[in-house]
Amino acid sequence: MEFFIQQTAAGLTSGAIYACVALGLVMIYVSTDHINFAQGEMAMFATYIAWMLIDAGVPFWLAFGLTALIAFVGGLLIQRFILKPLETAPVLALVVCFIALLSIFNALAGMIWSYTIKQFPSPFPQYDISGHGLVSVQQLGVVAVTLVMLGILTVFFRYTTLGLAMRAAAQNASSARLMGVRVSWMLALGWGLAAAIGSIAGMLVAPIVFLDPNMMTGILVYGFAGALVGGIGNPMGAVAGGFIVGVLENLVGSYIIGNELKLTFALVVVVGVLILKPAGLFGQIIVKRV
Amino acid sequence: MAALSKSWATKSGFGWMAIVFWALLAVLPLIGFIHEDPSFDYYMFMGQSMLIYGIAVLGLNLLIGFNGQISLGHSAFFAVGAYTTAILMNFAGIPYWATIPIAGLVCFGAGFLFGFPALKLEGHYLALATFTLAIAVPQLLKYKAIAGWTGGVGGVLLDKPDPPFDLPLSADQFLYYLCLIVAMAMFWIVFNLLRGRSGRAMMAIRDHAMAAGTMGIDTGLYKTLTFGISAAITGVAGALSAITVAYVAPDSFTLQLSVSFLVGLVIGGIASLPGCLVGGAFIVLVQNSSQSISDWMKVTFALRYDVPAWAIYGILLLVLMYFMPSGLMGGATALKEKLFGRSAKDDAASDSATVRSSHGD
Amino acid sequence: MTIRRRGILTTGAAVGLTLGIGPARAAKKYGPGVTDTEIKIGQTMPYSGNASAYGVAGRCQAAYFRMINEAGGINGRKINFISLDDGYSPPKTVELARQLVERDQVLLLFYCLGTQTNTAIHKYMNQKKVPHLFLATGASKWGNPKDFPWSMGWSPDYHTEGSIYGKHILANAKDPKIGILRQNDDMGNDYLDGVKEGLAAVWKHVVADVTYEATDPTVDSQILQLRASGANILLNISTPKFAAQAIKKIAEIGWKPTHYLMSVAASVGAVIKPAGMENAQGIITAQYAKDVTDPAWATSPDFIAWNAFMDKWNPTANKLEGSNVTGYASAVTLVEVLKRCGDELTRENVMKQAASLKKLEVPLLLPGVLINTGPNDFYPIQSVRMARFEGDHWVLFGDLLSRDAEA
Repeated sequence: MEFFIQQTAAGLTSGAIYACVALGLVMIYVSTDHINFAQGEMAMFATYIAWMLIDAGVPFWLAFGLTALIAFVGGLLIQRFILKPLETAPVLALVVCFIALLSIFNALAGMIWSYTIKQFPSPFPQYDISGHGLVSVQQLGVVAVTLVMLGILTVFFRYTTLGLAMRAAAQNASSARLMGVRVSWMLALGWGLAAAIGSIAGMLVAPIVFLDPNMMTGILVYGFAGALVGGIGNPMGAVAGGFIVGVLENLVGSYIIGNELKLTFALVVVVGVLILKPAGLFGQIIVKRV
Repeated sequence: MAALSKSWATKSGFGWMAIVFWALLAVLPLIGFIHEDPSFDYYMFMGQSMLIYGIAVLGLNLLIGFNGQISLGHSAFFAVGAYTTAILMNFAGIPYWATIPIAGLVCFGAGFLFGFPALKLEGHYLALATFTLAIAVPQLLKYKAIAGWTGGVGGVLLDKPDPPFDLPLSADQFLYYLCLIVAMAMFWIVFNLLRGRSGRAMMAIRDHAMAAGTMGIDTGLYKTLTFGISAAITGVAGALSAITVAYVAPDSFTLQLSVSFLVGLVIGGIASLPGCLVGGAFIVLVQNSSQSISDWMKVTFALRYDVPAWAIYGILLLVLMYFMPSGLMGGATALKEKLFGRSAKDDAASDSATVRSSHGD
Repeated sequence: MTIRRRGILTTGAAVGLTLGIGPARAAKKYGPGVTDTEIKIGQTMPYSGNASAYGVAGRCQAAYFRMINEAGGINGRKINFISLDDGYSPPKTVELARQLVERDQVLLLFYCLGTQTNTAIHKYMNQKKVPHLFLATGASKWGNPKDFPWSMGWSPDYHTEGSIYGKHILANAKDPKIGILRQNDDMGNDYLDGVKEGLAAVWKHVVADVTYEATDPTVDSQILQLRASGANILLNISTPKFAAQAIKKIAEIGWKPTHYLMSVAASVGAVIKPAGMENAQGIITAQYAKDVTDPAWATSPDFIAWNAFMDKWNPTANKLEGSNVTGYASAVTLVEVLKRCGDELTRENVMKQAASLKKLEVPLLLPGVLINTGPNDFYPIQSVRMARFEGDHWVLFGDLLSRDAEA
């Protein structure tokens, strides 16, 4: 039983990481209707910037805020300069652009900071509160920050004019334009926000998995899985999905099929969920008018 | 090139430009007899890789370009094809040439089966579900229960075939011809498929699934069949790759491979048959040229750092997409229209430049 | 160059150096890639992809060859070192190896990294009869001169290391309950086979064999499984990033097994420091090369020479990374082989010289760790010493161990 609880706890904490990354993916999906494959690498790059700031003596939380701000501006600029010219291009051309961005960020990070792992300081104390290696303060911190972000985002998208305008711009650009929404800027804003959320995810994850240019590649897969299970258009669902995937893979790996196939199994579950509920467990099916 | 795409897609048949093009590809290895070059076999090997990737992209294009289903998981079918060939050659002693159609059949089955859940999914969801396939397959290949067949993490080493009938060819010249013949067969099959009823049904589903359904097209059947055929073609490419590389291992079939197929497809041109070969060549050439550009920059600007080749690769992709969002073949068509005006005969070719707006669907 | 030669002279390798040149000077015989002024050498390295952390070695070697060239090259010939990125993908390695051998016409391939990648070109290199030398992989299949006379490894093979840990456990643990953490790939498998060999008598004491995938975000769950298995000994067969995660997690949950960490992941700069030195106290590993953070070597001439080389020729690299040591030492080995070839720089002679190194001392290898090869011995380095992490560096203990000596 103790082992079960431990594995569940470990699953919840990795779930928090996936949830955090999934939230960034959902953010960009809700505000631009795209799936950004470069999300993980952008987060990784921002985390390196935070690492440099901290290394230069900037206090942690100041560096944290500064990095989120830099990431926001960076995301905004990427949308304005790289993606805006391609607004009318086929969707696959955009996918290729995301792949290009992914390569560029990964390779640049490797060139600037090398591929050796780096220790990233954690804002939370390292000790363990239960005494059994169940939950460390660090892990609780990740969960807390993720939930706070989720709360802010939910309020933002549901109740603020700007949030509603952003959703409108993503879902139906031409109608939104008729309503007086500046669609192009809404998309840029969405990119900025997604990049900022991504950078926060990166800074939370880095103390646990260590900072290196390939830090996010593995996590992104789980982030996608979480977002899909929960529903990629729904922040709340994505967070729940992240936790579900985290717990499930740990329990299945420890009890049923061993560690070799736990990712595969998690993916089978994802596809299974999608077949039964194509919009994810918590997603709404958007009825398209033809 | 634009003319090529046009004649290829005309209803009259393969078109003389296409015949000339394939004939040129067939003559290429003969240069080795006239021009003594120790690295000729290496170029033949590059040619094999381009043809193989061209076939793989063709399979993917059938699915994405002509049927509108996005897949990021075709590296999985490529892997299944390659392992089918490797296992049959290694354990059953089946000659290499006979394994190619079997690999195609096995992949057809796998693709057809995967096509059923795929029916439920659209757009982004399908892309991500197939993405998971690409991640899962390398892990499955390593699984210990089947390691006796797949060689587990170590993979399977194969013998490279020698030319049959005492043909006066080097092994690589022969393998090039093998790839070329298979490539021609695959393009011929797809070409005929597309200009028939089934092809029109596939494209009707792509352009408007609901309308296609009301017109009496069994959209479910056509979509799963297309998935199967697409997987079969990519699997045949995988089989060829196992034969030419003479080694299969899980690390060869990562998500990266799926991504390069997709990049090759988009750069070549969505829904363009000649674009597939262009894309195949692009996959092989671009990595090498990124490396050369990186070396050149380091020397020319006396840099302290290596400019990473993958950053250059990314920038190349961005620039290409910026100027030719519908790929090289689409770009060539557009350029020709700009220069010579649009002729009525081009209508068929404009299929290849079908732009599906990112906000349209 | 002067700095480096001083290093070699004091370590005594210069004797072999002068002996080697003599008889070959008579007639010039060149293989592909060699002219009066140049020797072309090829390499494949994962500068991108999952294993890119190892790319450090290739950069270090390129810097070393630049230094050799600046000082006049090898017997007047400059080294043209072509190191290409294969992204750790076997088909890409095949393509690049063919490019290097057939188009660029290199004399040999040197220190290509990875087991699957080298397996992909193993047969090809031997069919083409091109030296495939000093490979950066510890699989034991590279030492098979009967079937593959053109391929040779360099570092101690995983079998050697694994069996040494096995013996150490046998000799020291009273009630061994062994837990194994390993990456699910060929390296993990090979190590495991070696450990099985060394542990044959007590294999039944292995209570858990837990794997992880290179794509897993963390190994937290695996560490918990291992602790739950009741293991009191941990054999950690993981790559640098996961080794660091494991060290940190183990300390965090307060588990205290006897921790054996394989040498590939024992770099102070790349693993121990990020994981936290306080978490790594008491970990045991096996070493064949010097740990440059160990103050004991600060005054040794080879360390001083290496330090000066790093400052001048490889200034952007992190000196604490182990790959800068192994990359350097293997490059020195190659240069030594090429020097001994004299003016007979054919592929056959390169293999002949590489297979007749006797008690060669190479800078930065531990005292007593000598390179020995022969027509039937294609394992250049076969001895290691155990070391324990204390304070901020590895402290050696025990005698020089090798699989052969004890077998």
